[in-house]
Amino acid sequence: MTLCTLPGTATMSRTISIDPVTRIEGHARISLQLADSGEVEDAKFHLTQFRGFEKFCEGRPYREMPALTARTCGICPVSHLLASNKACDDLLAVSIPPTAEKLRRIMNLAQLLQSHALSFFHLSSPDLLLGWDSDPAQRNIFGVMAQNPELAKQGIKLRQIGQTIIEMLGGKKIHPTWVVPGGVNEPLDSSKREAMLEMLPNALTIAKDTYALFKTMVPRFKDEAEHFGTMPTMFLSLVSPKGQLEHYDGFLRLKDAEGRIVEDMVPPSDYPRIIGEAVEDFSYMKFPYYKPMGYPNGIYRVGPLARLNNADSCGTPFADVALAEFHMLQEDSGPVRSSFHYHYARLVEIIFAIEMMQRLLKDQGILDTRVRARARGNRNEGIGVAEAPRGTLMHHYRIDDAGLISWVDLIIATGHNNLAMNQSIKQVADAYVDGNKLSEGMLNRVEAMIRCYDPCLSCASHAFGQMPLSIELKDAAGNTLDRLVRDA
Amino acid sequence: MPINAPPPSVRVVTLRIDGLDLSAREDETIIEVCRENKIPIPSLCWMDGLSVVGACRLCMVEVTGQNRLLAACATRVAEGMEVTTDSEKLRRYRRTLVELLFAERNHVCSVCVSNGHCELQWLAEACGVDHVRMPYRNAGYGVDSSHEMFRVDHNRCVLCTRCVRVCDEIEGAHTWDLMGRGSDCQVITDLARPWGESDTCTSCGKCVQVCPTGALVKQGTSVGEMVKDQHFLPILARRRSTR
Repeated sequence: MTLCTLPGTATMSRTISIDPVTRIEGHARISLQLADSGEVEDAKFHLTQFRGFEKFCEGRPYREMPALTARTCGICPVSHLLASNKACDDLLAVSIPPTAEKLRRIMNLAQLLQSHALSFFHLSSPDLLLGWDSDPAQRNIFGVMAQNPELAKQGIKLRQIGQTIIEMLGGKKIHPTWVVPGGVNEPLDSSKREAMLEMLPNALTIAKDTYALFKTMVPRFKDEAEHFGTMPTMFLSLVSPKGQLEHYDGFLRLKDAEGRIVEDMVPPSDYPRIIGEAVEDFSYMKFPYYKPMGYPNGIYRVGPLARLNNADSCGTPFADVALAEFHMLQEDSGPVRSSFHYHYARLVEIIFAIEMMQRLLKDQGILDTRVRARARGNRNEGIGVAEAPRGTLMHHYRIDDAGLISWVDLIIATGHNNLAMNQSIKQVADAYVDGNKLSEGMLNRVEAMIRCYDPCLSCASHAFGQMPLSIELKDAAGNTLDRLVRDA
Repeated sequence: MPINAPPPSVRVVTLRIDGLDLSAREDETIIEVCRENKIPIPSLCWMDGLSVVGACRLCMVEVTGQNRLLAACATRVAEGMEVTTDSEKLRRYRRTLVELLFAERNHVCSVCVSNGHCELQWLAEACGVDHVRMPYRNAGYGVDSSHEMFRVDHNRCVLCTRCVRVCDEIEGAHTWDLMGRGSDCQVITDLARPWGESDTCTSCGKCVQVCPTGALVKQGTSVGEMVKDQHFLPILARRRSTR
């Protein structure tokens, strides 16, 4: 890292650019606009890459959509696979066999487990364990290995268990094609069930140990918890018909910042009534908002934090205890508002995922061989909504009478959080960024706040560890006042 | 196997292929002798039971005394012939041909219903195509999904014309034909009408089964689920030839 201060640091309107943001899934840039006084005037989170899935899927047979849209993401392809297949189920107008639904749920929970483990252990734990101001060369999973090898090993093991379950069910760890419109294309084998059940107790032990460790660490991050995205927003997620934590099906629930239910038991197919999408010229990511409140007032958050805030209970023993403890993070009785606690929520969900997988695998009907409903396109419009690790994922397709895609709308989990991420950057920059002097620790906090949301931007590439980073302070005339460069 | 039953007076010739001394009927082609003797030669357009067109050029071989490569599917054996089916030059030619097929249209294996069961994919593996060295054309081709049971995706067509020949020679319907030239060439049903509106198609599905790629597939299949069954073809072809 080199730091050079250029002459002429007179205070006036300037822009700080963090490009690229590191240890997130995808590539993005953050720009901070400073006022003459040196205070942060505006903050923007730019998604700088264009994918075009909604356009190039047009004209393709709808049965290709699960495999096509899964390619948006190498970290959470299962989430796209499920949301897409649910949209296709809707096009077929079928109810899939109950065993197929349970099998899909197991795969979704395994995906949740591996993705949350990746986010917590590989991407965020370096900040939490080693500190924001530690040497960037060490602040990665290898640094964690050096300081706490047992924790690093456990994190890798936990992710491996999730990936292995996906592979056992779908034949491949990444981009399995086992889930198909109408169900799944192969029933579960009893030997695979036994093998999965054998792995899960170890996973639960790791998850509970990590949760216990993190609980002791949370008080240390009081300052971050107070400044990392505590703005009042609503929370959107699926809940079960009983109001419990739900990741595969159910109904949409929207709670406001005070905990009042704004929308409840909204069928996923009714999402266009409540969700609108705005576009800004500084980012390729769309800005979804709650329609009745308009843009940008209809700001809401999705993901683990929103799911736990919205759920009345989890429905599994250890996760329910952890949920009660999660709610104690907020001093008043309202929802947990700090985005810093996404990390906490992730650990609670890991426990839930393992417990729920155990329950589903022990289900008597899980080995049933009737796992697929066969039909052809019976509707011209289909909507599939599922909870991805990062939040509510919506796939919406229209097909012509021959079954070819004529229109696609994908609302990705990270997109829902777009407004909230932008506001959170502003908040954390207000607290930590000194416009007159740049420091590594200050920028790390801005980046770390974004990591709380675990954004999945390109969904395909994984920016891991140290990436080239350059931040510049410019005056209103475009002159560089200060420059911080971190080499690759 | 020749389509027409050999007359009793057919002669037998001896030849050498890749150093092996072999005998064959004089009306056989090099590729037929190779298949009988389990000598691998890649091919896409050739198919046991259909007429020969020599379109794909993947079965090119070296014949001693010839100053050019010959298509094994379209060259009859001869007494004393010396054939080489595998050499550095042939491997280079075949790999380039397969790469050109990938570059011309949009064979995206990962989302194809024939993924894992595709002759083009197997060929690419066999020829060592780990990447395509020429730029992709990225030209959009149509998908005709109007037929009740089947679908044609021109993006995945290699113009082998197996569908055209099986429909004409075995089913006798001649629904399929070719239209256009060069990279605009494509298989058509009837006079370029949508397949679902074809008057001549009997919906027998033979074209789908002989198609080497995911161009012709059954409706209702998802990624990797389209497995072709081509065992019917030699049986039907023999029965027709002995009528």
